Amino acid sequence: MKKTVWSMCGMCSVRCPIKVEVEDGRVTWIEGNPHILKGSLCAKGSAGVALHKDPERPQQPLIRSGGRGAGKWEPVSWYTALDYVAEKIEKIKDKYGAKAIVMSCRGGPWQDLIKAFCYAIGSPNFTNHDSACGRNVHHASKSVYGLGRKGFIYDIANAKHLICFGRNLLASLRVAEANQVMDMLDNGGSLTYVDVRQTLTGIKATRFFQVRPGTDYALALGMINEVIKQEAYDKEFVEKYTVGFDEMAAFVEPYTADWAAKECGIKVKKLKNFVLEIAQQRPKVIFHPGWMLSRYKDSYYASRCLHILNVLMGNVEVEGGQLFPKGPGDCGVKGLRTFSSNVAKPEEKRADGVGWKYKHFDKGPGLFHLYYEAMTTGEPYPIKGLICYRHDPFSCFPDVTAQKEALDNCELLVSIDTHYSEFGWYCDVILPESMYLERETPVATQKGLKPRFIYRDRAIEPKYNTKPSWEILKMLADRLGFGELFPFHTAEDMWKWQLEPTGYTIDDFQEKGFVSLTDEPIMYDRDDLDGKFKTASGKIEFINETLEGLGIPSFKPYESPKKPPKGKFRLVFGRSPVHAHSHTINNPFLHELMPENTLWINKRVAVRLGINDGDWVDVIGGSHIGTIRAHVTEFIHPEAVYTVHGFGRQIPLQSRAYHAGMSDQKLQEGLLLMMDEAGGGLCLCEKFVTVRRSSRNPRRRVEL
Amino acid sequence: MNKYMLYLNAKRCIGCHGCEIHCKANKDLPVGPILCEISHEPLKSVKGVPKTEFLFRSCYHCEDPYCVPICPTGAMKKREDGIVYIKEDECIGCMACAGACPWNIPQINPATGKAVKCDYCMDRVDQGLRPACVTKCTTRALKFVNLQVI
Repeated sequence: MKKTVWSMCGMCSVRCPIKVEVEDGRVTWIEGNPHILKGSLCAKGSAGVALHKDPERPQQPLIRSGGRGAGKWEPVSWYTALDYVAEKIEKIKDKYGAKAIVMSCRGGPWQDLIKAFCYAIGSPNFTNHDSACGRNVHHASKSVYGLGRKGFIYDIANAKHLICFGRNLLASLRVAEANQVMDMLDNGGSLTYVDVRQTLTGIKATRFFQVRPGTDYALALGMINEVIKQEAYDKEFVEKYTVGFDEMAAFVEPYTADWAAKECGIKVKKLKNFVLEIAQQRPKVIFHPGWMLSRYKDSYYASRCLHILNVLMGNVEVEGGQLFPKGPGDCGVKGLRTFSSNVAKPEEKRADGVGWKYKHFDKGPGLFHLYYEAMTTGEPYPIKGLICYRHDPFSCFPDVTAQKEALDNCELLVSIDTHYSEFGWYCDVILPESMYLERETPVATQKGLKPRFIYRDRAIEPKYNTKPSWEILKMLADRLGFGELFPFHTAEDMWKWQLEPTGYTIDDFQEKGFVSLTDEPIMYDRDDLDGKFKTASGKIEFINETLEGLGIPSFKPYESPKKPPKGKFRLVFGRSPVHAHSHTINNPFLHELMPENTLWINKRVAVRLGINDGDWVDVIGGSHIGTIRAHVTEFIHPEAVYTVHGFGRQIPLQSRAYHAGMSDQKLQEGLLLMMDEAGGGLCLCEKFVTVRRSSRNPRRRVEL
Repeated sequence: MNKYMLYLNAKRCIGCHGCEIHCKANKDLPVGPILCEISHEPLKSVKGVPKTEFLFRSCYHCEDPYCVPICPTGAMKKREDGIVYIKEDECIGCMACAGACPWNIPQINPATGKAVKCDYCMDRVDQGLRPACVTKCTTRALKFVNLQVI
């Protein structure tokens, strides 16, 4: 029998809407939802079938029978595993209080379920991976607009100029966004790309600035200076909607285009011409404020400047600029019932210090890495349990050795995931989630010009003894005595409960896989945006007085990044379009395309070190060594070496990924607690590594 | 006379290798054969921007294919519309076709022990659909072109 199922891709965190065709219980075809993506899908999306078939994933609940990380597991039933976890949670609650439990996830539209569960346990310590990802951008956005980083969507397709500072969006690959970029270029738009190396995005650029690593803030300051000097900004918009322009102008005065060009190692004429160009193109000019910007000690300020450049272009709520994402409320529809609406937020202070010690940070998910400090010191109170849903801290955060030391103070470590994560391998219990084709997820809201409700239905039955996350959490909630907070036993009941206030039923989703809440795109009146900016002044704040009051200056004096000592390089990392970080390294199809990563190294430097293209090189960071092949190129800055993140996995049951390539995060010793104090993001590019030609390049070989 | 052609708009191609996996997933292929391939020349600086263009290659479905007459069992066939394909149950996996092909296009499928190659997804084409690589191309850079005599 043949059927069509509407789902959402689960190969990476973009979650593209998909259409799945199933014949006799076998997935025969996956394509992007034709109503949204016209069928388009990336390599990862099609490789979902290989993930489904792959036996190298947890097939039933596992409880550790050896030491942590020893890889000895006892396969158990769901009842045994959940009873075990519930009992451990109760024990920790009795001894240390519920607040000693931390729950983490990977963010996204379904994190509300995890948050509600965490609060229901009685712990305020709900968190996610974001301090190793977008926190700096988020906090920078809040400081300028009073809105989080998802407070705007970018109308790239209609823009005349897109500027990306290291935002390699054609490799990070959101299918809809990539098409917008290509449409913009087809329509004659410009793309300016800034990075320490050339990338898939950069090769499509009309202008490329190869900058010295760590100088993004300098370039952004220089751009603001030059925009003001050339009077290239939207004076009317700035006058009407902003505060602090004069103070900002005074601050950036010394940071001229000439200064910035020198600092970044680019040509000043090129920089000035760039500003001449955007002056003609505004307001249809978009500065991408960054995505994963947990990179340098001033990344928060760099992102702040990019947000500010957008404001100077006057690109808010105009076609080809930044648009307010509209929600159900804008369409006269009530929002979905949230899981957390049923649960009171615990009043205890958070153990990561966010909200009381760090008052300038957004309380939402806090900052994960600071829990390691609490685990180690027992301050402000002990943390004894960590449950990670779909989140692998060992692949995400730096210095795995330091993480393990902190986790050894915990009495319960649980991983809920579809695959073996490096963290899961170190856990006490693995609760295997069904992969995305085998599970339903709650209905989600997707904001935009045409907001919609969307859902993921189960395409096929689980191949192994796995369960969807909503069911795992529901069963655990029942055991912990708060099952009534999640009043459903089937996915249909859950959807019905969520959709009740909206007036829709799940049947309304059958035609297209989603429900569009409006026929026509909704735009606000650009001349009447009062009340849209959630800052204290209600205006866009070049100078944020609230944060200044908390000791966080709106701009900080620029400090030139350190030059790596002789023989060392700044280790930078990024994405490939065929892998979603560590998630997909073991996927049979994707592994075939890219089985391991390489080390990009500048040609001139490589010659000095005697390294030829394709040679094995040792990359040394503290006590860790990674050995991979060199990719010798002139298109990377000589101070930096680059690799694709996610490789160097050490889980024997993932036979393809096992020890394939090099892990950047294991080399990042000493970076676990090094954060941008103003933005909360980690400084993952602040590591110098030694590179040498490996002894694995034999000139002679002994065989017998 | 060939009726179809695969055309890559290199300006829109972002080198994501999606087509290669769309093809493998549709044909349910194991590790080994990859029936279409994206490649590129090394980067070269053009007006200050390091550039390259992506190339797409699959079977050329030659007007006069060498692989068809060399096949000892007649499993390799050319249709009227130009599609060169392998009739799987007649193939003995001798791979003479690969030797005869100037580009070594036919590959062995280790799961079946038989040759496999691009056939423009003719089962889809016959249903009025486009090949998998075109249908799902990430940036809609690949086109399935219907050739016409002018």
